[in-house]
Amino acid sequence: MEHYISLFIKVVFVENMALSFFLGMCTFLAVSKKISTAIGLGIAVTFVLAIAVPANQLIYHAVLAPNALGEGIDLSFLSFITYIGVIAALVQVVEMILDKYMPVLYNALGIFLPLITVNCAIFGGVAFMVQRNYNFGESVVFGIGSGVGWTLAIVLMAAVREKLKYADIPDGLKGLGITFITAGLMALGFQSFGGISL
Amino acid sequence: MADTKEMKKVLFGPILDNNPIGLQVLGICSALAVTGSMQKALIMTIAVTLVTAFSSLFISMIRNQIPNAVRIIVQMAIIASLVILVDQCLKAFAYQMSKELSVFVGLIITNCIVMGRAEAYAMKEPPLMSFLDGIGNGIGYGAMLMAVAFFRELLSKGSLFDIQIMPLLRDGGWYQANGLLVLPFSSFFVIGLIIWAIRQYKPEQVEKD
Repeated sequence: MEHYISLFIKVVFVENMALSFFLGMCTFLAVSKKISTAIGLGIAVTFVLAIAVPANQLIYHAVLAPNALGEGIDLSFLSFITYIGVIAALVQVVEMILDKYMPVLYNALGIFLPLITVNCAIFGGVAFMVQRNYNFGESVVFGIGSGVGWTLAIVLMAAVREKLKYADIPDGLKGLGITFITAGLMALGFQSFGGISL
Repeated sequence: MADTKEMKKVLFGPILDNNPIGLQVLGICSALAVTGSMQKALIMTIAVTLVTAFSSLFISMIRNQIPNAVRIIVQMAIIASLVILVDQCLKAFAYQMSKELSVFVGLIITNCIVMGRAEAYAMKEPPLMSFLDGIGNGIGYGAMLMAVAFFRELLSKGSLFDIQIMPLLRDGGWYQANGLLVLPFSSFFVIGLIIWAIRQYKPEQVEKD
């Protein structure tokens, strides 16, 4: 149990998807204008990560890993296309559910909802899971934890940006420019978690 | 059929007027990761341009046959196949470079420029224009990537394309290398400042609040 808790804390703070590995940056910068949208997107990403990482873990160890299907059969060259297939299918499901039950959120997310498929946070999460050889339990914790970490980062960013609206910023830096610099400073801040050893 | 003027706009617009990174907020992850050196940025630019152009072309060709509900999966299948092609070509003809870029070539699949253009442009427009749009956006992405890599490599290592421009202090030269720009998140600051510069030059891009 202790192992799982420390893994969770590590993924949320020390190895934060957005601010330590810079994964999922496009959506991170584009959809962080309002806290409410940021929370909605964060939940969607967490949901997809929490299912995609364990699902791909099962598929990898049952089918793709060397010698999994039979002696001498190595399908690991198919790994990328398989992961992307699983992720794309999941996103499509999430999109249909949101369209049906939460149309307001669906409209607010716009083009960025299908783009969750290419959100590198999710692809990166799956790739890290395989690379670090997590077992099924660990991959569930890792999937949820990385989603929560990403949500935390985007909500913090949205909170800063809501305040930034009232700041007197040079015209050219308004909007995207100052957002980049803020993200840089936040990443610098998250570097300080690197000192924690779990 | 669109006239030449329209084509020119689609092809060169994304460099300054509608930059994928600076204005559309697409493809940022890789912009942070591969901008440590000019050479990596150049190879990445070529790879992304090819994938974007051809995926836009193919998706646009079959756009009327793709059912809306499964369009993402169809797009991903096309993009992933193209990325595997690029990866295999790099391995065959530029093995050293493909080793250095290994992770990032795979990550082109999840580069939102490719998917973003497919979704926003190729699903609505005819094949030729989509192809040009893909090339244009690849070039726009590359221009930003090269600009960031230029500053990062020059100021952190004193070199460009691995050729020493400013001799470093530790090799007996005069330039004190800037350690901050070695770290990936320094690209945030560089991109932010470049966006500022572009918007000073093109004030119509300034965001109203």
